[in-house]
Amino acid sequence: MALTRRKFLGWLGAGAAATTAAAVKPAVAASNKHFEGHPDSNAVLHDLVACVGCRRCEAACNKVNDLPEPDQPFADLTVLETKRRTTEKAYTVVNRYDGLRPSGQPVFAKKQCNHCLEPGCASACFVKAFTKTPEGPVVYNPKVCVGCRYCMVACPFEIPAYEYQKAFDPEVVKCTMCHPRIMEGKLPGCVSVCPTEALVFGKRKDLLNTARQRIARRPDLYVDHIYGENEMGGTSWLYISDVPFEKAGMRMDLGITPAPALTAGALAAVPMIAALWPVLLGGVYLMSTRRDKEAHQEKEDALKSAREQEQAAAKAALKKASEDAAKAQQKAVEKAVKDALAQAEKKREEEQKAKQQAQEAGQSPDGQGQESEEES
Amino acid sequence: MSSQAVRADRGIITPFNVIAGIIVIMGMVLTAWRFAGGLGAVTNLDNHYPWGLWIGLDLMAGVALAAGGFVTSAAVHVFGMKKYSSAVRPAILTGFLGYALVVIALHYDVGRPWRLPYPFIMSQGTTSLLFEVAACVALYLTVLFLEFSPAAMEWLGLKRARLIVVRLMLLLTIFGVVLSTLHQSSLGALFLIAPGKLHPLWYSSYLPVFFFVSAVVAGLSMVIFESSITARYFADKMDETHKQQKTTVAFGFAKAAAFTLAGYFFAKVIGIAVDNNWHYLATGYGAWFLVELLGFVALPAFLFAIGAREQRLGLVKFTAGWSVFGIILNRLNVSLIAFNYHLPASERYFPSWQEIGTSIFLITLGLIAFKFIVTRMPILYSHPDYPDEH
Ligand code: SF4
Ligand code: SF4
Ligand code: SF4
Repeated sequence: MALTRRKFLGWLGAGAAATTAAAVKPAVAASNKHFEGHPDSNAVLHDLVACVGCRRCEAACNKVNDLPEPDQPFADLTVLETKRRTTEKAYTVVNRYDGLRPSGQPVFAKKQCNHCLEPGCASACFVKAFTKTPEGPVVYNPKVCVGCRYCMVACPFEIPAYEYQKAFDPEVVKCTMCHPRIMEGKLPGCVSVCPTEALVFGKRKDLLNTARQRIARRPDLYVDHIYGENEMGGTSWLYISDVPFEKAGMRMDLGITPAPALTAGALAAVPMIAALWPVLLGGVYLMSTRRDKEAHQEKEDALKSAREQEQAAAKAALKKASEDAAKAQQKAVEKAVKDALAQAEKKREEEQKAKQQAQEAGQSPDGQGQESEEES
Repeated sequence: MSSQAVRADRGIITPFNVIAGIIVIMGMVLTAWRFAGGLGAVTNLDNHYPWGLWIGLDLMAGVALAAGGFVTSAAVHVFGMKKYSSAVRPAILTGFLGYALVVIALHYDVGRPWRLPYPFIMSQGTTSLLFEVAACVALYLTVLFLEFSPAAMEWLGLKRARLIVVRLMLLLTIFGVVLSTLHQSSLGALFLIAPGKLHPLWYSSYLPVFFFVSAVVAGLSMVIFESSITARYFADKMDETHKQQKTTVAFGFAKAAAFTLAGYFFAKVIGIAVDNNWHYLATGYGAWFLVELLGFVALPAFLFAIGAREQRLGLVKFTAGWSVFGIILNRLNVSLIAFNYHLPASERYFPSWQEIGTSIFLITLGLIAFKFIVTRMPILYSHPDYPDEH
C-alpha cells in the first residue's frame, strides 16, 4: 500500500471527525435532580375504589377520537370476562378483577397511556415522533413516523398499538389525553362522562394532594401508594387502589428509573468509541507496519547470511568436486595405462604361445586359432 | 464436488437454479402480498410483539453474522496479519451482501419503508439508540460497498477508479471497525430500554458488550464456515494462494474464536453475578439459558480450541457452523424467546409461514448474488492484472 505517514494521519483525523460528527448527540447528562414534570402540567387521577366498570369512558373515548365501531357494544359488560389491552381500535380499556375484595365486589381498572414525565416511547423514537407537551399529554406526530415500532418495544406499560391492517399509512395509536380538547379548555372525553369520582382531571400537583387526602381519609381502605407518582420516573396518570396494584394488572416491578436513563450510558459511550477507536487502531496499524519493517529487515539479514553461507558451502563443494574429479581422472589414467600394459603383455604372451604351439604341432593352425579366439 | 460446481456453471436447469427459482417466485408473491395488504396480512405481529422474525433473524442475527467483513479486514489491514489476506475479499463480499439484505429486510418490516431516510433528513431522534444503529448501518453499508468495489472494478477493467479505492483501504477499514463497534453493540443496547420485558437472565446493562463480543465470534465463525462452503462448491474458482491460506485461515480464526468465546462466556457469567440472578437458573428459562451458555458458548469455545491445537479441520468447520447457530439462537432469545417472558403462552408470538418464507427468500437472494459475483469477479483468486492485491 503506497502510503506516507502524514497522509495516513490526515485520513485518521478526517475519519475520526466524520465518525464523531455522525454519532455525536446530546447524551442525557447524569444529574442528581429528578425531573418532576413541567410545572402546572395536567394529569388524571384514577381511583379504583370508585370505578364501577360501566365502560362509559371507553364509549366516550371511542366517540371523541372517531374510532371504529367496536365488535361488541359498550353496554355489553360480558366483554369484561377477558383481560384486554389497548389496541388500534381502543385507546382505553377497563378490565375486571375478581376475588380481590372481602365483599366479593369485583375491582375495575382503566388502562390507557400513562403520559410518562420522561416517556420511553419518546426517547426511543428515532424521528422524534412523540413529544411530552408542557400541558401533560404525550402526543404523536404521524407525519414523520417511519413505523419501526421501537416505541412499542420501549413503552413499559404496553400501551401503543399499531395499525397493522393498513398497507399504506399505518400509524402508531394511543390515548392522547385528549390533547386537542384540553387545549380548548374541555375535559378529556373519558373524564367528562365518568359517573363517579373514579376519574378526576387537574394539575398533577393538585391531584397528588387529592390522592393523598383520599388515602388519609380511609387508611383502612386504601393501599398507601400512589401508582404513577414515581413509577418509571413518574407519570401523568395517577392511580389509587384498595387492592394491591399488581393484582389489578399494574406492574410493581418497573422501578422508578425513567426510561431515558436506561440508555443514557450506552449513548454516552458512542462519542467515546468514535473518538478513541480510530486512534487506537491507528496506533496498532503503525505498530504492525513497524513490526513488518523489522521483520522484513530481519528476513533480509537472514537471507544475506544464508546467501553467504550458501556461497561458502558452494565453493567448498566445488573445490572438493574438482579435487575429486582430478583424483578420479588420475586413477582412470593409471588404470587405463595399467590395463593397456596388461593387455599388451597378455597379447604378447598369447602370440608367443600360439607361435610355440604352431611350431610344435604344425598341422591344424586354423582349429587351434579358433579355439584360442574363443578363449580370449 | 467440483463436478457439481462445473455442472452448475453450464446448464440452466440445475438443482440450485430450480430451487432458487421456486423460492424467488414465492418471494415475489409474498412481496406483493406484504406491500399491497400491509403487515397484518402476512405477519403474526401484534401489539405485544411489534418485532418479529424479520427483526430477530434478518436484522439482529443478520448483522451479527455479517461481522466477518470488519473482523477480517481489521486483522489484515490494521493488525498486519498478511497470512489471512485471501480471506478478506470473500468476507467483505459476505458482509456487504449481508448488510444489503438487512436493509432490504427493513423495507419489509417497517410500516412506511419509503420514509426510511426520515431519521436523517426530516427529524433526527438523537436520543434513540435506533438512530445510532440506523446511521451506522447506512454508513457501514457504504463503506462495505467501497471495500468490495475493487473486485468489481477489476472485473470491469476500471483501473484508475480502483487505484483510488485501494489507496483508501486503510481508512475505510478503520472507519468500518468504528462503525461496526458502534452498531453491533447498539443492537444490544436497543433492549436496555425494556427491562420489564426481557427476561433478567438476558437483560443486562452489559448487553452492548455481549452483542459486540458475540458479533466478533459470529464474524470469525462465518469466515471459516463460508470458506468451507466455497471450497466445496467453487473450488475451480480458487487460486493457489487461496487454497494454501485456506487452512491457515481456518486454524488461525478458530484459535481467535476460542479465545473470544471464552471471554464471552466469562462476561455472561459476570453479567449474572453482577445482577445476582443466580436463582433464575433453577427455572425453566434458566435451563434454556444454560443450554445457550454451555451448549453454544462454552462448548464451541472448547471445540475450537481442540480443533486449532490438534489441527483438525473437520472439527473446526463443524464448530464454526455450531457457533454461528448459537449466535442466531442468542439473537432470537433476546428479541423473541425471552422477550415478553411475562406474557401467558397464548399471547406469545410465533412467526407466520409468510414471515418465514420471506426470510428464506431474502437469504436465497443473498446466495444468488454471492454465486453471481464469485463466479465472475476476482473474489477467490487474484486478478492476473493486480497480482499483489491479495
Ligand atoms: S405510557 Fe407508554 S406510550 Fe404512554 S407516554 Fe409512557 S411510554 Fe409513552
Ligand atoms: S414507530 Fe414511529 S413513533 Fe414509534 S419509534 Fe418508530 S418512528 Fe417513532
Ligand atoms: S384521555 Fe381521551 S384519548 Fe385518553 S382514554 Fe380518555 S378519552 Fe381516550
